[in-house]
Amino acid sequence: MKNIVTATVIAGVLAGSAALAQNDGSAQVKARQGQMRVIALNLGVLGGMAQGKIDYDAEAAQNAADSLAGVAMIHQPTLWIEGTSNADREGTKALPAIWEDNADFMTKWDAFVTAANDMQSAAGTGKDALGPAMGGLGDACKACHEKYQQSDD
Amino acid sequence: MIRRFIRLLLLAALVAAGFAFWMTRAVPLDEDALAGVEGDVENGQRVFTAAGCASCHAAPDTKGDDKLVLAGGQKFPSNFGTFIAPNISPDPTEGIGDWTAAEFASAVMQGVSPEGQHYYPAFPYGAYTKMKKQDLADLWAYMQTLPASDTASQPHDVGFPFNIRRALGGWKLLFMDDNWVLKNAPSEQVTRGRYLVEALAHCGECHTPRNMLGGMDTSRWLAGAPNPSGKGRIPGIAPGAFKWTEGEITYYLETGFTPDFDSVGGHMVAVVENMAELTEGDRQAIAAYLKSVPEQPSE
Repeated sequence: MKNIVTATVIAGVLAGSAALAQNDGSAQVKARQGQMRVIALNLGVLGGMAQGKIDYDAEAAQNAADSLAGVAMIHQPTLWIEGTSNADREGTKALPAIWEDNADFMTKWDAFVTAANDMQSAAGTGKDALGPAMGGLGDACKACHEKYQQSDD
Repeated sequence: MIRRFIRLLLLAALVAAGFAFWMTRAVPLDEDALAGVEGDVENGQRVFTAAGCASCHAAPDTKGDDKLVLAGGQKFPSNFGTFIAPNISPDPTEGIGDWTAAEFASAVMQGVSPEGQHYYPAFPYGAYTKMKKQDLADLWAYMQTLPASDTASQPHDVGFPFNIRRALGGWKLLFMDDNWVLKNAPSEQVTRGRYLVEALAHCGECHTPRNMLGGMDTSRWLAGAPNPSGKGRIPGIAPGAFKWTEGEITYYLETGFTPDFDSVGGHMVAVVENMAELTEGDRQAIAAYLKSVPEQPSE
């Protein structure tokens, strides 16, 4: 009997903390930051080649561009749930403005999707195609970070 | 004896008050300050871009050619209140279309309005005071070619005692300085970079910490500062904590990508968009200057 009570209490506590972990949005924040890092890592490859710091390699460029296009396919509303701005919690630079004008925020993401797809078409065709495609990606990043990310770096 | 002493004391106080009143008056430039300096529209556009005029004076949330309509309305919160950028389009009623060249020069280089009032230093005349007169005349020529807007300027939201504009005369006496922060520039390139950073692009306005009265602490030039809007920090860009190479700085100013391929954000996006329109040589000059200023310890 005593064992059953203990087990029930432990199970209850575990279930409670699991529910907490689900509701505090930390999984969503981690996923957001993870996808941004995947973007940055692959931009580093393409930007390095565009600048001539890395030798152009069509296959490596295509792999990087495919990765960007892959991130562009992630369904964003799953990650940007309400209550996860930097006014709600620590450890994020997401501004409340994201949820105040969510339609505009999603338009900014769509611009990244377009730019990533353009890069996917361009990356394998030669070094000279990288510069303009990087420009398009940079514009998409800037447009969103200007309004929706707390700038402190 | 005591009455005479009090009389003397009152007289001294009156003289001191009169002196303070005299010292804090708004001093415009002479009406012939720009006499004989012919404005060049093409160079004026470059000055306009480097000085970032549209980044603050365009209406909020404008992009592309709409940024050339300098209707004002952007808000700049600070410890002293919220400043709202005014209309500086060539509209003769709501903008500055009826100004003379000398009035424009007084506004930009001295922070003095045509009505003889001090402007708040949210308008970075403390940097523009180092501007070449030729560049100023060119800027005036260019700005008169821009579209007019009849949007009325909004009053700043600034409370007592900061709403006493006369006190800004004291602020100017204490903190306005037309000497270069970097006294000796080691090369032509750094000299050009110094002009861009210290005079036109007014980088120090955000990247240098300020004292309680809002004066820049030039001993900590470009060391980084709290964001005046409240949240976050403006990073240091002097050697020391800031380790980007000249090539990385130049690339960032062109593309907005950091060495880690994070993206520029916030108000710096508008700055990078301006810097991207300068020549590669100018961006390199800025980078060379940033590597020449005194090292600042990391915090």
